[in-house]
Amino acid sequence: MSNIESHTIAYVRDTMIPEQDPPITESGAIKWLRDNLFSGWLNTVLTLLSLLVIWWAIAAIGPWLWNTVWNAGSLRECREALGGTSGACFAVINDRWHQLMFGFYPPRLYWRPVLAFVLLFVALSPILFTNLPRKLLYFSAAYPFIAYHLLWGGSIWLPIGAALGFVAGIVAFAIVRKINGLAAIFAAVIAPVFWWLFLAGPFDATMSSILPLGLEFVRSDRFGGFLISLVIGVTGISLSLPLGILLALGRQSDMVFVKSVCVIFIEFIRGVPLITLLFTASLLLNYFLPPGTSFDLILRVIIMVTLFAAAYMAEVIRGGLAALPRGQYEAADALGLDYWKAQRLIIMPQALKISIPGIVNTFIGLFKDTTLVVFIGLLDPIGLSNAIRADTDWQGIYWELFIFIGALFFVFCFGISRYSMYLERKLKTDHR
Amino acid sequence: MSSVTDDRTSSAAPKKGFRLSMLLYDQRYRSVTIQVFFLFLLMLGAAWLIDNTVNNLRALGKDFSFAFLTAPAGYDINQRPIEYNSQMTHGRAALVGLLNTIILAILACILATVLGVIAGVLRLSNNWIVSRLITVYVEVFRNIPTLLWILIFGAIMTEAMPAPSAFRGDDPAASMLFNDAIAITNRGVYIPAIHFTQDLGSIRIGPVAPSISWLLVIVIIAASIFANKKLIEHATRVQNATGIRPKTWWKTILILIAPITLYFIALGAYLDYPELRGFNFAGGTHLRNSLIAMWLGLGIYTGAFVAENVRAGILAISRGQTEAAYALGLQPGKTMRLVILPQALRVIIPPLISQYLNITKNTSLGLAVGYMDLRSTLGGITINQTGRELEGMMLMMLIYLAISLTISGLMNIYNSRIKLKER
Repeated sequence: MSNIESHTIAYVRDTMIPEQDPPITESGAIKWLRDNLFSGWLNTVLTLLSLLVIWWAIAAIGPWLWNTVWNAGSLRECREALGGTSGACFAVINDRWHQLMFGFYPPRLYWRPVLAFVLLFVALSPILFTNLPRKLLYFSAAYPFIAYHLLWGGSIWLPIGAALGFVAGIVAFAIVRKINGLAAIFAAVIAPVFWWLFLAGPFDATMSSILPLGLEFVRSDRFGGFLISLVIGVTGISLSLPLGILLALGRQSDMVFVKSVCVIFIEFIRGVPLITLLFTASLLLNYFLPPGTSFDLILRVIIMVTLFAAAYMAEVIRGGLAALPRGQYEAADALGLDYWKAQRLIIMPQALKISIPGIVNTFIGLFKDTTLVVFIGLLDPIGLSNAIRADTDWQGIYWELFIFIGALFFVFCFGISRYSMYLERKLKTDHR
Repeated sequence: MSSVTDDRTSSAAPKKGFRLSMLLYDQRYRSVTIQVFFLFLLMLGAAWLIDNTVNNLRALGKDFSFAFLTAPAGYDINQRPIEYNSQMTHGRAALVGLLNTIILAILACILATVLGVIAGVLRLSNNWIVSRLITVYVEVFRNIPTLLWILIFGAIMTEAMPAPSAFRGDDPAASMLFNDAIAITNRGVYIPAIHFTQDLGSIRIGPVAPSISWLLVIVIIAASIFANKKLIEHATRVQNATGIRPKTWWKTILILIAPITLYFIALGAYLDYPELRGFNFAGGTHLRNSLIAMWLGLGIYTGAFVAENVRAGILAISRGQTEAAYALGLQPGKTMRLVILPQALRVIIPPLISQYLNITKNTSLGLAVGYMDLRSTLGGITINQTGRELEGMMLMMLIYLAISLTISGLMNIYNSRIKLKER
């Protein structure tokens, strides 16, 4: 066969044709355009429509943003500076910056919230990034008390007394544990409550009289702006996760009574709007407490927001628990781990990992929901924007304030969601 | 604490009598101990709260009764889906508020679903610019609070829209849309209303009196949809028996459109267009700024979340399903309709319903723009006027709870119906 072929083929090319560039429509920008923007009539229409939308948005907002006035004392001055052309007046942010950030917090004490904010990152860093020294976690544990003292001030012995309650709980747990594990848990609950109810007050009083240390006290109604959003948001976030875990475990529990209480609590909280809970905090709490007691509105709001977020958190974590294969529970039992050890070492790390996106969504939701406190008269950024507009200097200013507040919320929430993506990637252990 | 050794000894040893220490050490009794401890704490807490409440109410000289619901309300509600005036009772006002809440929730759910499905599909488009644009929409709306969006849309309606007077004159500064049918003003949006020349009157059902003409419209549409469903089922039966699917599209169109058209002609339906009279528009239906702001705010905000659910649902279907459908010879349209969508819906619907729940609960933000929903009527003015915080808040929470539990109950029924039947 090959013999015959070699005879019949008259000519075989023995030099390569020089390599040529691909056709112009199949390379570079043009190919990209054709593939991504104009691959069919539908895509072409969509592309043109999108360009139209973008052009329209730029034409509508661009010149207005471009002509921004940054320095003016009132909207009237702004309009004079603009001289009839359309333009934004972000001078309001410049003028009311401190108010938007701190509300009516005393100006000479601004360093306290700023320091608390900076320390927040120090406290968060060992939790968020595991390659930092573990000793920093002690600082994270102490941070809530430091932050409370920095923000509200007053006697330093009050937060120390509160912290000692937790110490009492840990000590009681460690002592009773040698006798019985379950009794130790009871003791760890009872000891701090006992401390706070009966001993913390006298402790505060005596120590204050012996050694009156502390910062100037700032009342809660001086708080406002992003300070209030951050205080409520951060506290709510850090408290709702542990509470949510407990609720989720309670809902999964075999104990009928514990389970039904958890189910009722979760379904009730999830069934009513947050705003009704906030109104309960501001209007009804006086009914439920002993006559004559009144405690801080911010604290009430934090409690309500925490309970609210915890119910959602519980459902998210329950989803994670349900997604875990049954074999994991059985393997933990087979290793002879007791309930809490199994939860701590086997179940929770996996369940929490699965539910990271849901947990982060709940966090973001909680942070956004802090704006609802405006309805019960706290001056969060939205409340302050109303207050600023009520001032004759800035009457009729809408968009600049909305854009500024929106941008700040966006930065926080977007940052949290990006961090969660990083965390998901880092914790990913399956090999796909 | 090794429970394993405990178990082993207890199973090996002969049965012993009950000892008190077993309450702590024996797994069989330990849960009882924990529950009793827990119950004890809970009862203590509840007793403390109730005792405080009783004492506080006594100190204030208040009783606990819902009699205020039958007292005259004395305030006006600007959006009235049913007949209401300030002489009517607080209970009636609460009902009006509840209906407003439901109307807003339904409108916002529809908008969120439509926007969310479109955005979710487009975000997966391989058109670079479109998917980026949709990403911007989703991220911007998801990361900024709803309340801010509601306020922004409220401000757009009141600040950026022309006043009714701008529509006047030979060369008006603003003009109505769609051939003089819709007027968008800073006092609200005016759209044409459908009226009947031969109205059938209204029927009294409990506290509400809906119009018979409109009830019949709903009945006719429901009947048409039901008949169409039967037609499709019949076609499927024929196809299963003979292998040939009878043509149904023209029958479907006929069944869906003809009865309602005939009904409208029979009753002499006509469109009542809004017209500029004096300082304001008259005629047509007036959608207030508060409704528009809430509707757009909630709808577009939640639409971003729905878009993410839809995207996740479509991505959850493995590529193999599409390939298998192609291998069977199905066309792309049928692949989407018969293979991908039914599976994607199973993933999409549960989070979608919880978004509906969120919308329903977020309608309570209506206060921000003055929308008279349940929270503004029963939970707002009524409480302020009567001083019945405890009863009013309880009633309002119960109503919201009932709505939420109904929706989530429906979701559970749906979930169990579509659940994959495995093993």
